[in-house]
Amino acid sequence: MADPEPLAVEFLFYADCPSHDTALARLREALQREAAPAALTVREIQTEEEAQEAQFPGSPTIRINGEDLQPRGAVGPYSLTCRMYFHAGGRITPLPTLDQIRAAIQRHAPTQARPAAAG
Amino acid sequence: MSIATRVLDFSLPATDGQTYGLTDIAGEKGTALIFTCNHCPFVRAWDDRLVGLGSEYMGQGVGFGAISSNDPAQYPTDDFAHMQERGQELGMPYPYLYDESQDVARAYGAERTPEIFLFDAAGQLRYHGTIDDNYEDESAVQSTYFRDALAAVVAGDDVPAADTAPVGCTIKWK
Repeated sequence: MADPEPLAVEFLFYADCPSHDTALARLREALQREAAPAALTVREIQTEEEAQEAQFPGSPTIRINGEDLQPRGAVGPYSLTCRMYFHAGGRITPLPTLDQIRAAIQRHAPTQARPAAAG
Repeated sequence: MSIATRVLDFSLPATDGQTYGLTDIAGEKGTALIFTCNHCPFVRAWDDRLVGLGSEYMGQGVGFGAISSNDPAQYPTDDFAHMQERGQELGMPYPYLYDESQDVARAYGAERTPEIFLFDAAGQLRYHGTIDDNYEDESAVQSTYFRDALAAVVAGDDVPAADTAPVGCTIKWK
């Protein structure tokens, strides 16, 4: 049986927004915990033009197979800024949780990259 | 850009329709100025804590003022109408001031939102920086820098950590 196709994971960030290091560490941990084969691309967005071109709603932005981790926060305007993540109870922070990232991986992985169940 | 080490006067419109100068805000024990905005997720994460600290310490003689200096042309949710909405939503106990020219932010040397400047009754800067060490989870906070500074200013004591790095979004200059 052919190896499953790896997930295409993009991590886009703006260096002046201080949450990106933690976000990238969480993304790597989530991929590891989910044992999801992935091709991870890390891209720094440096100019407003790049932000427009990449449809970058703020830092950090994570896309899996082209789909935003939290589509409701991915609407414009596109610019060099920090991004809101929405959590249970209406709480807003600059970071997705580890569980949110894992859930996004799981949405894409079952039919694509996760190892088949034994038996 | 260097930061102000003494409190500087200003005259700014607030979301309550009034115009405020420093003397309108200053408390008998000190003055806390918070550079803030609507759109920044760091601000949103800390807003409730800031409102709580304002309510608590305004009652102990520290005047509070929140100042938004962001260019609303870049971030429409930072315009005055949205500031009015946000101020009401939060129930801010202190004035939410609009620094449209950005002159006040430049004069103070503010660069981020949120960014705290706390002055004592003599107008001397006693604390500059962030709120605490965990914007994500209040229950996991270990160091309450701003609260500790407020308590010290009220008590007339030295501030334990007088300068911390502001953590947040950059102010959006015109």
